[in-house]
This record gives sequence, structure tokens and C-alpha cells, in this order.
Amino acid sequence: MSAAITTNAIDEVFARLKESGETALIPFMTMGDPDLETSVALVQAAEAAGAHMIELGIPYSDPLADGPVIQRASERALKNRISLTDCIGVASKAREKGVRMPFIIFTYFNPALQLGLERFFGLLQENGFSGAIIPDLPMEEDAETKEIADRHGIHLIPLVAPTSEARVERIASRASGFVYCVSSLGVTGERSSFHEGIGAFLATVRKAASVPICVGFGISSREQAESLAGQCDGVIVGSAIVRKVEESLPLLIADDADRKAEGIAAVRDFIAALKPQRVG
Amino acid sequence: MMQVPDQHGRFGPFGGKYVPETLMNALIELEDAYNRYKDDPDFLAEVRYLLKQYSGRPTPLYYAERLSRHVGGPKIYLKREDLNHTGAHKINNTIGQAVLAKRMGKKKVIAETGAGQHGVASATVAALMGLECKVFMGEEDTKRQQLNVFRMKLLGAEVIPVMSGTRTLKDACNETLRYWVSNVNDTYYILGSATGPHPYPMMVRDFQRVIGLETRDQILEAEGRLPDAIIAAVGGGSNAIGMFHPFVGDAGVKLIGVEAAGRGVDTEEHAATMTKGRPGVFQGSMSYVLQDEGGQVLPAHSISAGLDYPGIGPEHSYLKDIKRAEYVPITDAEALEALKLLSRTEGIIPALESAHAVAQALKTGRSMKQDEILVINLSGRGDKDVESILKYEAEAEGGHQQ
Repeated sequence: MSAAITTNAIDEVFARLKESGETALIPFMTMGDPDLETSVALVQAAEAAGAHMIELGIPYSDPLADGPVIQRASERALKNRISLTDCIGVASKAREKGVRMPFIIFTYFNPALQLGLERFFGLLQENGFSGAIIPDLPMEEDAETKEIADRHGIHLIPLVAPTSEARVERIASRASGFVYCVSSLGVTGERSSFHEGIGAFLATVRKAASVPICVGFGISSREQAESLAGQCDGVIVGSAIVRKVEESLPLLIADDADRKAEGIAAVRDFIAALKPQRVG
Repeated sequence: MMQVPDQHGRFGPFGGKYVPETLMNALIELEDAYNRYKDDPDFLAEVRYLLKQYSGRPTPLYYAERLSRHVGGPKIYLKREDLNHTGAHKINNTIGQAVLAKRMGKKKVIAETGAGQHGVASATVAALMGLECKVFMGEEDTKRQQLNVFRMKLLGAEVIPVMSGTRTLKDACNETLRYWVSNVNDTYYILGSATGPHPYPMMVRDFQRVIGLETRDQILEAEGRLPDAIIAAVGGGSNAIGMFHPFVGDAGVKLIGVEAAGRGVDTEEHAATMTKGRPGVFQGSMSYVLQDEGGQVLPAHSISAGLDYPGIGPEHSYLKDIKRAEYVPITDAEALEALKLLSRTEGIIPALESAHAVAQALKTGRSMKQDEILVINLSGRGDKDVESILKYEAEAEGGHQQ
């Protein structure tokens, strides 16, 4: 049997959203912040809030592409010595609890490399993942990784940036899953404005891509999500959600079950409020 | 031997460009510019002029007679990189990169620094060429090296304390890359070691090769033959690769890189990347890295802020794996003893980084014959370290009393 010919859940979701004219809402969360059990509950909450798929972020000691909010979340998670395999486990636990949306792992390259790429993608496949984003693995370095990901039926989702220029076509044309368009120069984090040429940039990516295109880096409000909705198939929200988790930490780490539930509800409501309204 | 790096920036399996997509075109632009200028007579003439008239090259290759007699083995020569302007080899590279930045039309430069030597060398060339300069330095290091912070400010640079992670060199590198991602359109990144994504390891090596090239001419003039062994300290590895590279094809010349063993390679406080690390991807390239089982990068420790780094340049990893160079650890205590010995026998206070190379020379020299020749790359001077040494001694003294 070949995994590569089975349908990928990410493709199914985008096909469905295309029918209904909706834009995908894709939250990002750092796994193990503040602990693995809470991460499972937050993933459930994200689906309840209307997320269409979710990025599960692996905490890393040197997160080059991330701004201070996600750096702090990584530091908190690493204090508990959360490993890559622990994080993959969050996905299978969330599935057991009935979560149905596709899972996308977001990890820097080294933890995957140290686990062994075969084993890494094997575990992703076994634990119900559909995609992987590796921000420090540009196309020049991804040949072996992409081949192994394909073999396990996992979409290796590439990033394109406003500075990619002539690279856009090459990246977008060989993309699988979707193309992750970086909305602005810089690291992850909330912003009041995007790169000035964002419209033209997205149009260029759209033209070159045979898969959906999603926008991330800096989106923190529904207004921003809606302003982009007509130009892309999905919006990714990371730092704003991770910041909400950070603000809710006193509740999330409470022993008292009601207070904990209150913290999870706060994150859920925040994600629900981000959801762009149907276009047209 | 294979020509390294290849067109993908690979030294065997090491090197490459593992950076966020936002930086890829900047690296390609840099590589194109470097390839355009590296053999350009005007470019080379400007670099050569500044190395000579501004930094004071060539630096002497000094026969350390009293040190040689003390060791009782080979004739020991010191390549006096400490006599460069700003007190270390770092300026060889910053001159080259600043001239390149200017040709590329960049008006702003950024740099990372650990001990402050590369920061000072960057601030210096920025002042010289009228470039706006920001230096990122771990908050911990700004405390350990206050004098260098002040020097950089005097030179007109802005010093930005880095509060993330371990607040030392590795985090300063992360923060400089993050800043570059945001400001890539008008900013040139002067990377200070032979590390990071391609083309930096190659370019920094090329700018530092002047050390080895001069040494080669000088030893041939003094002794009529090449040395039997060359020893250099390795943090990221720029002084060592600059010294080693012109000798890589000479099988008779032993190349020894010395890394910081801190409080010992069997403790958790060391920076012995080759001895205790394994290959991984860190800060833009594949190389040996100090890391845990899960691939998280471990904090490094050394008495010397310049060697306090959990990675190493990819070309060193290549030289290690093809067995052309060997890499050995030296502890804080051994380095300090060597620093004192060189100070007393030769009247030269070496940088703590370079003292690691001196300490290894004492070991290697013991098994060498009197008609053999050993060259130590004395990469920097020790004035900057006097305060750290005082502090270390006070702590050691306190420890003894308990």
C-alpha cells in the first residue's frame, strides 16, 4: 500500500471550504506551554472555536524565525523538558478525545533531524498528522526531507516571503498542502500593518501555485484576517493566540478544575473571535 | 582533495543554508556580490591597503625563545594577531566585509558579539567607512565585558543587549539574524566567525586566510621550511580556519584546533563541541553542535567569552571528519596557567581564547623534537580579560577556603 495516494485531510478541508466560500482559520500553539495535558485541551478548544486545521508548534532552544511571544512560550515548555515525541503525542490524545481537524507540525529542522527523518515522518503518519512546516529548511536543503514526507503522505508545506521574488514561482509550483505566505518581513509576532506590496505578492503566489495559499506572521485580529480573506484561502494566527495563552497562564495552571476550564474557555473565545466572516 | 565548499556551500556533508525563506535572497545576493568582487583587483587592493596601513599587517611571526626553552621541545613561533588594530584577528574579516558592504551600496551594518572583540572590530570599520552600526550582545556578556561595550559606544555603535535564551553569544547570533530578517533590504550583516549559512563560512575563511598565508611566507623565510604543527583556538573557528587553510594541502603540517573544555568535558560546563557534540543544524548550517538527545542546543561554558559557543564552523567539522585536523579540549584552569606562563616568559599577555592554544602547545610540544617547529596562532591580546581573570581567581580562592 502506498500512503502517498491516499487523500490528505488538508486537501479535503480546502476542497470543502472552497465549496462553502470560507477562508480557513489556522491557529498555531506551542506544545507543552504550560504542559502537555493543557495543550490537548487547548487543541480541543481551538476546534470548538471553529478552527479548520491547527499548527502544533514544537518548542525549540533557538527559534530563529520567531518573535518574543513564541520564544517565551518555547522557554516555558522547555523548562518541562518537552520533547518532539511528547508533542506528537498531543495530537493522538486530541484525536482520542474526538478532534477531527487536520494537524500540521511546526518544528525547526534539528529536532526532526536528531529523531531521524524516517522515524519523524513515520510518527507523524501514525499519529494522524497531515502536514509539516519546517521554517529553517528552504527548498535548496529539502530534497531528502520532501521525498520522505511524500512517502508518508505528509505535506511538506513551504514558506514564501515578500523577499522571495524570483523564487516564488519555484517554491509555489512544487508546493504540496498549501503555500505559507509570510505577510511581512521579520519574525513572528503581531503587527499593525503588513508588507506594503502584500496584495501584489499574494497575487504572484496565487498565480504560481496549484495548491491553496495561506497567510501568516503578524495576524492578530478579525479585521486583519478579513482584509486578507479575499486574497487567500486561509489565515494563520500564532503569536496573538500564544499571547492569549500566556495571559491566561494563572488560570491554565490552576489546580482548581473550574479555573482551568475558565482559562481554556478564554483561549477558545479569543480564537472564535478571530474567525473571518464568510466572504460575499 | 575536493574543493570546498561546493556550489551549495557544502563542506562534505556540512554547511549549507538552513535559514528562513525571508533571508534566502539576501544570502544569494551576498554570494553573488562576493563572487563578483573576490577576484576584483580594485576590491582586493582596497582590502590589502586597509590591512596594511590601518590594521598594521603583516603581523610578526615571533620566535618565542624563552617559551621554547621552557617547554624543552620544538622551536615555538607565535603568529602575533594580537598586534592587529583593535587587538585581535577579528579585524581582518570586518575590513573585508565592510569593503564588500560598501560596494553593495549598504549604509547600515549589524553584528553579533560574544566577548566584544568582533563587536569592536565591526564598530571600528563602521566608523572608518561611515556606516551606521548596531551590535547585538548577550546581556550576560555586556556585564562580563563592560569595557568593550564602552569601546563600541565610543566608536559610535549602538549596543543592543540581548535578553533571550542564555543571554550569551548564541542568543546574540539568533537576535542578529532576527533583526536581519526584518531589515534585510538595507542592512548588511557582518558575521564574525566562520559559521552560519553559506556564504559566510567561506567568505570569513577567505578574509582570515591572510593569517596562514603570511605565516607560510614568514616561516619559510625564517626556517626555510614549513612547520611540523600549527595550533589555534576554536570557538566558531575563524582564526583557526584562516591559519589552517593555506596549509591543508601540506600533509606534513599537523593542524590542531583547541576547544574550550571549561570546567572539564565530563562536567556540564564546557564548550567542547567536537569532543562532546554531534552533527546537527544550528544557526544556518550543518556542523557539530552541543545538543541534548532531542536536538535542543545546550548552553556552553568557558572562562573565555569568545569560545563560549555550542557550535563550530562547518569547515572544521569537515576537516575533523576527513581527519585532516584534530580537535582537542583545554580546560579553564589549563588556559589560565598558560596565560600566566606566556606573560612571564615572553612578556605577552594573550587573550584567554589564545591561551587555550598556548596550553595545548605545552602538551603537544612535550612529545616533539628540538629540531621541529610549532606555530601557535596568538589570535588576540589579553587586556580585555584582566577583569574576568581577577574574578575567576577570587572565586577559585573562595572555593579553596571552603
